[in-house]
Amino acid sequence: MKKKLLQIKAFDVINISIMCFICFIMIYPFYFVFINSINDGYDAMKGGIYWWPRVFSINNYIAVFHNSGLARAFLVTIARTFIATTLHIFFSAMVAFGLCKQGLIGKKIYMMLGIITLFFNGGLIPTFLLINSLGLYNKFIVYIIPTMLNFINVIIFMNFFKQLPIALEESAVVDGASDFRIFTRIILPLSKPVLATIVLFVGVYHWNDYFMGVVYVSDDALRPIQTFFYKIVAENATQALQHQSMGAFGKKITSQSIKYATMIIATLPIICVYPFLQKYFVKGMLIGSIKS
Amino acid sequence: MMKQHTWVKRLKRQKQRQLMVLPGIIWLIVFCYIPIFWLVIAFKEYDITKSALEAPWVGLKYFKEFLSDERFYTMLKNTVGIGFYKLIVAFPIPIIFALFLNEIKGTKFKKFVQTASYLPHFIAWPILGGIILSWLGKTGIINHVMITLGLQDTPIYYIAKAEYFWRIAVISDVWKELGWNAIIYIAAIAGVNPVLYEAADIDGAGRFKKMWHITIQSIRPTIAILFILAVGNLLNGSNFEQIFVLRNNMNLDASEIVDLYIYNIGIGAGRFSYASAVSLLKAAASLILVLGANLVTKKLTKESIL
Repeated sequence: MKKKLLQIKAFDVINISIMCFICFIMIYPFYFVFINSINDGYDAMKGGIYWWPRVFSINNYIAVFHNSGLARAFLVTIARTFIATTLHIFFSAMVAFGLCKQGLIGKKIYMMLGIITLFFNGGLIPTFLLINSLGLYNKFIVYIIPTMLNFINVIIFMNFFKQLPIALEESAVVDGASDFRIFTRIILPLSKPVLATIVLFVGVYHWNDYFMGVVYVSDDALRPIQTFFYKIVAENATQALQHQSMGAFGKKITSQSIKYATMIIATLPIICVYPFLQKYFVKGMLIGSIKS
Repeated sequence: MMKQHTWVKRLKRQKQRQLMVLPGIIWLIVFCYIPIFWLVIAFKEYDITKSALEAPWVGLKYFKEFLSDERFYTMLKNTVGIGFYKLIVAFPIPIIFALFLNEIKGTKFKKFVQTASYLPHFIAWPILGGIILSWLGKTGIINHVMITLGLQDTPIYYIAKAEYFWRIAVISDVWKELGWNAIIYIAAIAGVNPVLYEAADIDGAGRFKKMWHITIQSIRPTIAILFILAVGNLLNGSNFEQIFVLRNNMNLDASEIVDLYIYNIGIGAGRFSYASAVSLLKAAASLILVLGANLVTKKLTKESIL
């Protein structure tokens, strides 16, 4: 008996250690970026900053905000995330609400049309040609309209709406409210948990997406922050960035130190938000995955 | 006559509902179905100045061109190689993580580990790519650790060497998606009937025996379905956006996957017909893989997605 107790304890100790190690691996890279972003650029170049900043400085951040290209890219990302997410939520929920209704004529066909899109798509080239022929190429709305709907999200909304008590709607119908009014005044306010889930999914997608900015946009002024950053990382356009930002600071910043500061700013909103929405998205992901 | 009348009446009564649904259907047709039909240009000599309908037919010309391309073998090797590597390494790790996380008793600590494990999932690939590239650089932390531990004498420029690329792709994929992919297993494990464990306790089963005989057996359907989906993803090299960020001219021999090729010849070089043909071939191969995996899993575990 005693031997068994000891065994169990040893297991727990090892298990907890492994879990701590996993946490460390997940968090440390971001901590590393953070301490390097608040360290003087030229000092950081010597290397060896692994645990604490050596020469504290916020110049990197000031430089990022002074760079007109970066500032503009941030604005594009913020506007895109906000507008696209709002529209996506409203549009998908509206379609889902309509599709939920009993006795809707054509419901089976509509559902089939939607479900097929979960398994088949045209892929990159035909989509690119479509965007081009619709005249969306190099326009801000290319971020908004092609991402307005996603049938998985429609299904998640439908599953949630079906659980709402029908009595709520019935009393509104008696009061003479139209379907659209019921949707905006009764259903949406009751749907906060599922709205939070989809806002997180869609919002994170738009905040993090760089590929649309690579494929559908050639105008620098319309690039979102992740695309801007992608160009810096992958195409090594760091020199240009440094020269643009150096004006005011002379030798205190390096392209690498600006990169770190940009990483932090481009990531901070999401790091702040996701732990709070965790309980929602775990549920939301389950509904989504069960159905697909 | 009478029947039609009630039908029209019904439609009129649900006019507003229909008006809420129809924009969605129109959107689906424009943004999902038109691209699917546009794939027909794979069999045509499409040029962007004319419409796809006017373009002359060329049959299987572009399919033949791809199969005889000198880079074909390299691309196939990388696509299947990275995909397969991810399938055997990155697929089981979240299951193991979920099993061991389940053994943690303190709920606060458990929650903290879970939250931390999701973190990289929420970060954009360019940012993660930026971290990976700077860590793998000659003066980066990885070289520092390897030299300190005595595993290596001189700094290696990892990302410029093709022989390291697959490992970098797999390890960074595990890092990004481990916690996220584990969610579904954690939820499945939480749904296992506790009576089963009590019965096993009475029989004197140890921790590992319970894990093996109860937990894994109970979540087998979830594993089977996710496995089929993962096989369907195999030819994507599993993550185009990741490869797109991490590849460079020096590691191209190990990083050029089919999707990257489609991007380069299509968007890059403007050869839309050829790129569509490659894309269609890949989609067909993926479909065969899914159906195959579905068949095998069905035989082995009686689970299937179809």
